[in-house]
Amino acid sequence: MDVPIAPAPAAAPVAVGGVSERAQARRETIRQLLKRPAFLIGIVVLLGWVLTAILGERITPYDPFNDFALNHQPPGQVPVPNTDRIEFHPFGTDRLGRDVLSRVMVGSRDVLVVAPLAAILGVTAGTLLGLIMGYYRGIVDDVLSRLVEAFLALPVILVALLTLVVLGPSPLVVVAVVGILFTPIVARTVRSAVLSERQLDYVTSAKLRGESGLFILSREIFPNVLGPIVVELTVRFGYAIFTVATLSFLGVGIQPPSPDWGLSIAEEYSYMIAGVWWSTLFPALAIASTVIAINLIADSLQSVLSE
Amino acid sequence: MARFILRRLLLSLVTLWLLASIVFIIANVLPNDVGRTILGPFAPQESVDALNERLGTNRPLLERYVESIVGVFTLDFGNSFITNKPVLPELADSIGRSAKLAGLALVITIPIAIIAGLFAARRRDRPVDRGIVLLGLTSSSIPEFVTGTILVVLVGVQLKWLPVTARPPRGADFLVEMRYLLLPALAMAIVYFGYIARMTRAGTIEVLQSDYTRTATMKGLTTSQTMIRHVLRNALIPTVAVIAVQIGYLFGGIIAVERIFNYNGMGSTMLLAAQQKNIPTLTAGAIIIGIVYMVATLAADLIIAWMNPRIRLDAER
Repeated sequence: MDVPIAPAPAAAPVAVGGVSERAQARRETIRQLLKRPAFLIGIVVLLGWVLTAILGERITPYDPFNDFALNHQPPGQVPVPNTDRIEFHPFGTDRLGRDVLSRVMVGSRDVLVVAPLAAILGVTAGTLLGLIMGYYRGIVDDVLSRLVEAFLALPVILVALLTLVVLGPSPLVVVAVVGILFTPIVARTVRSAVLSERQLDYVTSAKLRGESGLFILSREIFPNVLGPIVVELTVRFGYAIFTVATLSFLGVGIQPPSPDWGLSIAEEYSYMIAGVWWSTLFPALAIASTVIAINLIADSLQSVLSE
Repeated sequence: MARFILRRLLLSLVTLWLLASIVFIIANVLPNDVGRTILGPFAPQESVDALNERLGTNRPLLERYVESIVGVFTLDFGNSFITNKPVLPELADSIGRSAKLAGLALVITIPIAIIAGLFAARRRDRPVDRGIVLLGLTSSSIPEFVTGTILVVLVGVQLKWLPVTARPPRGADFLVEMRYLLLPALAMAIVYFGYIARMTRAGTIEVLQSDYTRTATMKGLTTSQTMIRHVLRNALIPTVAVIAVQIGYLFGGIIAVERIFNYNGMGSTMLLAAQQKNIPTLTAGAIIIGIVYMVATLAADLIIAWMNPRIRLDAER
């Protein structure tokens, strides 16, 4: 069937015509992205953490779980007791004598699985809700909008804490809670994108052709609001890392003996006052670099897609 | 204006009811046995039954639901599982201490962020602007406890400029207390700097491009006259909205900050309640912060309506 002629919306540069032009537009978007240093830096840092998580023990200098040299050694050379060996720990060792660098290298493993899943859940559910609210309006929209308001008033960390206390901490519950708490935020964004699309001519013409609501939503409106949804997915990914790391720090997220960054900070921060800064600072910098990288990617995507 | 306020108040009550219902579902419907959840899988059935009897959690769900909703609207959040005393008076002191910390964070961040946002907007796309945008993006994406950790290491442990704990010695005066709160407040301020600066920048850029700003400039007003009399009032509308939203988040992020800095505010109370599985205290905390968020957004809506009559008139129609 014919793709109706749409006035190219600002959010998604999907051109008039068939699939090949859509693919061309996508290639152009990628070309624009690769020209941005912020995007490239973000991708390199993020892929770096993905790579160390996958390679793990194969590339860490020491065993991240049990290499008991001496506990809390500052970065540098550490003579191993009862031998004449000298170990080099560039980031020092933690309270159990484990190499901090090795632990930081594999510390992204759990959060880089849990956070994306939570973001995908939130964006999928939020997109569905937002499409329905924006397209059907009326009583459905009114009721759901009230519910969205109520969800937005909930303090994310505290409600997640409550739920994890009630259901017991498990990665699956973390994914579900964070995903559900993100859903209304995504729904609101998608809803407003749909609202501005639904009054455009291509939607009217599809209605006049007698297309069903489901068809119009999935084949006409959805491709045109894909831009904001992709941006929302990256933004939510960043916030999911933010939230999961905070929950792990509070003791209800990722559980020991994982070398997770947030968890490591929780286990080591009380030694900071005594001058042991390396076992918290390096995981903290790792979290910071990851969330900054994701936000650089999100920001670049947003400006390229809205051009 | 009266009609506008009344309408917004009624909607807030509906939101509060929904919010309380969501929290009720999490705390009472998700666990099929509240006593078992608290005591764990190895407790004998008799003690679980006794606890359920004491807490009233063996009564029908509907009865508990009605009681809990009525409780929320009369500010009665039930009794703590641990001390068996009403939750709210127990929470009041720690809420006050957290409000002090959050207030200091806002006092630090709001003026700096607004000035940075205005500054960036006036120099749009120049290096200063790109720098402020990047700084805002970076600062708001890092969790508070991570910023807090880095601040403790740099400012507290290495430079020894500020105390690394937020708890002042007994009998300390206001200024000393603020000195102790400065580092945790800074950790929170850094996160909110980004949101507020970005919103201020976006709002100002939009107003600077408007016809009335051009008219003001062309009729010969100086830059500062134009900014103060014409630009600010409209440009700061999104800023007011985002500050209100942040006040709610501020109380969420405070839990982790209080843990890092060993502060005895609402966050530590909630964390202790989580460890003790003290569900009434946790639900009360969630609902109270929800109310803080709703009051803040309501206040923001009123301020915005006062700043821009068009919004007020639209809402009344």
